[in-house]
Amino acid sequence: MTKTILEMRGITKTFPGVKALQDVNLDVREGEIHAICGENGAGKSTLMKVLSGVYPHGSYEGEIIYLGEEQHFRSIRDSEHKGIVIIHQELALVPLLSIAENIFLGNEQAKTGVIDWDETRDGARKLLSMVGLNEDPDTLITNIGVGKQQLVEIAKALSKQVQLLILDEPTASLSEKDSAALLELLLEFKKQGITSIIISHKLNEISRIADRVTVIRDGRTIETMDKADITEDRIITSMVGRALDDRYPARSPNVGEVVLEVKNWNVFHPQHRDRQVIRDVDIVLRKGEVVGIAGLMGSGRTEFAMSLFGKSYGQKISGEVRLNGQKVDTSSVDKAIRHGIAYATEDRKTYGLNLIDHIKNNTTIANLRGVSRWGVIDDLAELDVANDYRRKTNIRSSSVYQVAGNLSGGNQQKVVLSKWLYANPDVLILDEPTRGIDVGAKYEIYTIINQLAAQGKAILVISSEMPELLGITDRLYVMNEGRIVGEMPTSEASQEKIMRSIVRAEGKAS
Amino acid sequence: MTTETVPTGAPADQAKSHELSLIGALRANMRDYGLLLALILIMLFFQYFTNGVLFKPVNLTNIILQNSYIIVMALGMLLVIVAGHIDLSVGSVSGFIGALAAMLMVGWRFPPELAFLANPIVAGAICLVAGAAIGAAQGYLIAYHRIPAFIVTLAGMLIFKGLSLAILAGKSVGPFPAEFQLLSAGFIPDVIGPTTMPWLAENGQNVVLHTTTMVIAIAAVVAMVFFSIRTRARRKMRGYDVEPFSLFVVKNVVIAALVLFFAYMLASYRGLPNVLVVMGVLIAGFVFLTKRMTFGRRIYALGGNLKAAALSGIKTERTTFYIFAIMGALAALAGMIYAARLNSATPKAGQGLELDVIAAVFIGGASALGGVGQVAGAVIGAFIMGVMNNGMSIMGVNIDWQQMIKGVVLLAAVFFDLYNKNKSA
Repeated sequence: MTKTILEMRGITKTFPGVKALQDVNLDVREGEIHAICGENGAGKSTLMKVLSGVYPHGSYEGEIIYLGEEQHFRSIRDSEHKGIVIIHQELALVPLLSIAENIFLGNEQAKTGVIDWDETRDGARKLLSMVGLNEDPDTLITNIGVGKQQLVEIAKALSKQVQLLILDEPTASLSEKDSAALLELLLEFKKQGITSIIISHKLNEISRIADRVTVIRDGRTIETMDKADITEDRIITSMVGRALDDRYPARSPNVGEVVLEVKNWNVFHPQHRDRQVIRDVDIVLRKGEVVGIAGLMGSGRTEFAMSLFGKSYGQKISGEVRLNGQKVDTSSVDKAIRHGIAYATEDRKTYGLNLIDHIKNNTTIANLRGVSRWGVIDDLAELDVANDYRRKTNIRSSSVYQVAGNLSGGNQQKVVLSKWLYANPDVLILDEPTRGIDVGAKYEIYTIINQLAAQGKAILVISSEMPELLGITDRLYVMNEGRIVGEMPTSEASQEKIMRSIVRAEGKAS
Repeated sequence: MTTETVPTGAPADQAKSHELSLIGALRANMRDYGLLLALILIMLFFQYFTNGVLFKPVNLTNIILQNSYIIVMALGMLLVIVAGHIDLSVGSVSGFIGALAAMLMVGWRFPPELAFLANPIVAGAICLVAGAAIGAAQGYLIAYHRIPAFIVTLAGMLIFKGLSLAILAGKSVGPFPAEFQLLSAGFIPDVIGPTTMPWLAENGQNVVLHTTTMVIAIAAVVAMVFFSIRTRARRKMRGYDVEPFSLFVVKNVVIAALVLFFAYMLASYRGLPNVLVVMGVLIAGFVFLTKRMTFGRRIYALGGNLKAAALSGIKTERTTFYIFAIMGALAALAGMIYAARLNSATPKAGQGLELDVIAAVFIGGASALGGVGQVAGAVIGAFIMGVMNNGMSIMGVNIDWQQMIKGVVLLAAVFFDLYNKNKSA
């Protein structure tokens, strides 16, 4: 039997007013891949922060036994010193420094303060080959994709003589291909004896690579499963505390006439004038219809949606937009909203919410006209609106005066939805509406989408999770390299069929 | 000055309205109360150490006159800082506008058909428009060409410093016509006539009150109490939580008492200064703008997250442009108040004022990252600086010490703010 490398015993962490963790136990065996699952806000990240010393010893109860002795980490430095490295969901790389500089940031290959560049590059190259990244160490971080950046983070961890690698949602923003490569890498590390803890919402990935899974719910350990017991259903049941028979609510579509028609849509890259990002895209949306756009990362889906929404992306945009048969001008966000188009972003923290302001002000900001007259806001009417949408979208918060930045991902997404629901659009574009949120909140968001469609709104969903698109849409477009390369009713679609249209298009392009 | 309570928004479906716990309501508004309390403590401190000079009617009037131009500019600077920018040019612009006003009214000899330009009202209007135009020009570069505000207004600071020197030819120009001086030196007329208060006589000298001032103050207090009772009733009716009744009463009584006390002080000197009327109207207008108007809400939204604001349909460029135009107009007004007070325009006027203005806004709790800040805070911040200046001068503290102490107070205020924020996070 392999020995235990880490044991966390009876961890309890209290914040003013809330018990974030209550008597949590976790044991991780040497050389295994141990997954931690739980809904957003269940306490996974808090537990990892306790482990890595972000919350110093003394600020929590319980004990951490690592490598056979009790540890009192006072900071991340302490835990890193012992070989525990945590890679956060939001990457901590400096965009305008090179790969090599980033790998050795804070740990420079230097003698008496003078950096030895040869050693830096050689070391970086060695580490890059270990993670299977074939890039020049002098390349700036900003010039490589997110998937490769993730690998750089891992290389950085390796440079610190890592023994226990913790990855928080490592594949949340990666394409399928990059995710698969990353998971392979973890399996490779396992062979070399590196222990990993992975926090993820992607249950298919977990069931594929994890040796054991610990489920946390409401700040308590629910169970730890062994390899043989791991199934997606079992994990879900354990996470939500009940069996979630259907991951997608049933739909009974009632599709009406055409609402939105986009013709010959062409967009060029905002910086490189000659690079065409979107080519001759034609799409049609009907009343009460949920339409999906499938495609790989970087296929131009977000770019298409944002260029349509008030020219928020790109330049030299051409094409025609018709709403209810009328040609309309959507050249600014304000105009697009007035004509009844709304776009909920894939990146709610950067583009979706004012994180330092509260729920109420975030809810009404896209439609202040609705609660004001002559530029003066009716504050009680506004409060009514905010409470109304908080209830409709089931936002869990103490009140509408809770600051958006303190909400969990799922609740933040519901605030974004509230904002656009209140703007009362005819066409709602949802870009990755369930990214990084837990199963329960996902179900709630699907239900809201269904309700909106039932009210006669046309909904366009962009998602990288194919099962989700297959589960909630009525019709699908497939996009690849800025073109629509396929269209099919969802009833006739399958993951294989979508992939086939992508691959066929690739073949044609080359 | 009213510190507004952060209302609580419990869901309206809880049919009955509740009163919050006293502690909870106090904690939610700790920053607002804290700042006001700090101002009162500082005033009491100097009242004691100046042997009672601080609260003498003439001195209180002076404090208002001395700080009026800072407060006027702090209102605009609050918008600029909440929007995530900075304006370093306001001192120089106010100096330049003061110079322009002097040249229009006294310096330049106009041909008879243009003589109307020297009329104080016409000249004042020209100055306001010129200030707004200067602000608009800077705002245009910042909003539409995306040059950082720091750089644009640093350039503006140098340019307008130079321009003041140039149009004044390096000399002081004055004095101003009597009508213009009224802006700073005047008091509202006592249309009702003085009231003698024989029972308050001190050392055989009767206290004579400026009746109109008292009437205005009482009217203001009645209006304030009326509106806060009405707001509370409306919230309750709609089923929203309200602050505890005890706190509500105490808050209203304290604020009413403060207003009446200051009004009494002013009334026993020469009444309400004209400039305080201007300031009062501006402060009320800006509180309304930031709290209740869509324009104000949009400023907070774009300061909090520019990209999210743009994707919510806010015309971020246009909003930024207007903010700087407003700032320019306020700098112009401040420049005229300053010039009227000195009764001449000097090439050095306004220099360094931008730092006092910015400090007032930060002491008032605005965030350098944008998106956070209150008008009431900025005004109290300006008064904290102003009272310290005044108090230390009366105490005979040397200017070198004064500067150091002000620096420490600025640092301490911001430190305290961040400390609180981290603790509550």
